[in-house]
Amino acid sequence: MEQEQYYHSVRLDKDKCTGCTNCIKRCPTEAIRVRKGKARIMNERCIDCGECIRVCPYHAKKAVTDPLESINEYKYKIALPAPALYGQFKSLKSVDVLIAGLKALGFDDVYEVAKGAEIVADAVARRLNGADMKPLISSACPAVVRLIQVRFPELLDNIVDVDAPMEVAAQVAKKEFAEKHQVDTNDIGTFFITPCPAKMTSIKVPIGKEKSSVDGAISILDIYGLLTNQIKTEPTAPAAETNDDGVAKSNENASAIGVGWAVSGGEVMAVGERNALAVDGIANVIRALEEIENDKLTDIDFFEGLACTGGCIGGPLVFESSYVSENRLNKLCDSIWKNKGVLDKRGEYVSEGIAELNLPIEARDVLKLDDDRKVAMQKVQQIEELLQKLSGLDCGSCGSPNCRAMAEDIVRGYAHEMDCIFILKEKVRFLAEEMVDLASKEEGEK
Amino acid sequence: MLYAREYDVKKDDFAAAGEVSARIKRKLKQIGIDASLIRKIAIASYEAEINMIIHSYGGVMSIELDEDNIIIKCVDTGPGIPDIELAMKEGYSTAPQSIREMGFGAGMGLANINKNSDNMEITSSPEGTTITMKFSF
Repeated sequence: MEQEQYYHSVRLDKDKCTGCTNCIKRCPTEAIRVRKGKARIMNERCIDCGECIRVCPYHAKKAVTDPLESINEYKYKIALPAPALYGQFKSLKSVDVLIAGLKALGFDDVYEVAKGAEIVADAVARRLNGADMKPLISSACPAVVRLIQVRFPELLDNIVDVDAPMEVAAQVAKKEFAEKHQVDTNDIGTFFITPCPAKMTSIKVPIGKEKSSVDGAISILDIYGLLTNQIKTEPTAPAAETNDDGVAKSNENASAIGVGWAVSGGEVMAVGERNALAVDGIANVIRALEEIENDKLTDIDFFEGLACTGGCIGGPLVFESSYVSENRLNKLCDSIWKNKGVLDKRGEYVSEGIAELNLPIEARDVLKLDDDRKVAMQKVQQIEELLQKLSGLDCGSCGSPNCRAMAEDIVRGYAHEMDCIFILKEKVRFLAEEMVDLASKEEGEK
Repeated sequence: MLYAREYDVKKDDFAAAGEVSARIKRKLKQIGIDASLIRKIAIASYEAEINMIIHSYGGVMSIELDEDNIIIKCVDTGPGIPDIELAMKEGYSTAPQSIREMGFGAGMGLANINKNSDNMEITSSPEGTTITMKFSF
């Protein structure tokens, strides 16, 4: 598929949009405007965090993900469940039940992304060892990485150049499946079971690499119902399979260290960095990034910022609230403490370079007003003059999120002064007076 | 001069701490200043703003832009810095314990401003302190 520079999973359903101001006010990059009564997402600014999906009362914002049928495009299909999926089910006895459920939906194999997280954690820990930049910023949340590209380009160098668990999991899954079954990797499709649209976008427009190893993303919400039925029909875990050494196979399932990534602070824990800061919720992440930008957090070694409240379990495409999921995941982690996942092997994977990123993460120059610095300065001046004229109510009626953004939009040519209802009202009043004036003059002349 | 703007900074106004430097930062991003230079200006102007809030009776922070330079000036109304040389030393601080508990007052302010600006000038008397930071494009 041809890559677009700005592919977005987050889209608008025009028919449902009422043109209200909910989404424009909550977008962390001020990427939405209401024009002609409908919201419009500015492609170059959108980071696919899905905040607008959450706040739209009319469900007019949607995330485009792949339908389950799309797995049939591949001869062999592997599911890559995000650990956030594990928190969605009330009576999940073991991860084996979930794995069996996914297989019943048509997948040939399941590789837990939590195992990818185990590998990534090791790679990040190595980077932290001897890092000259403080703090190093996690690359795990694609919405946060894109937020940095758009709003904090000065901090791009702080982002740890390690690939995401989903990508690493896909690589290992493909390689192992191909070796085990002696099949061509091109015949294998890997599908991430995703809690968020930002990951879908990362598959189409990868961060720090040319091509994603993941072939598609299926929303947790889309398969939640189907999976619940599967799990219900299989009330107990399948009989404990053992491997050649007589060790229960489920011990090869992802460890609590990997599964814990779904919750904010999970990465910090997995990396084993005590001097770290874990922040969740995009507004809180922005605040922390401002502080890092001001050099106020140089005493911290590692920063884990997750766009969603609670972490990935709070993604826009999950069914349960993040608080409920957290409780379930904690219980699950307690019960799987014996699982070793790939903890013994991960060092080899990392040494092989499986978690490396090979392209720089570049800034998205969206704040700049003009390529010519002098013209840009004049525009900054114009914005300030316009701000004096605007009401300062930040009502959003003009379609811009606040008066400052409106002033910027006017200068950029995206909006007109008359879009402001207060300026318009003033103008109408003036015209009305003129007309009365004119009428009375005519009256006098008669 | 191509652009100039002044902002008030009030004594002990911790609720607004960092707002002026954040505004300056936003403007520099809009103008298209290089990211690494913005980082230096952000650090220096934030330190200077916090200094005014903690140590001065308040004053005015201004930004001036011309063809080649960015000048940020902090003019406060007192009480002045008795020994500038000592105040410039890393780790020297006159901030009281209450301020240090807020995470400020580590004695890195002036040293950081000096380190991050291309040129820093400071004059002080009991009537007030003026810090001028210059950055070249």
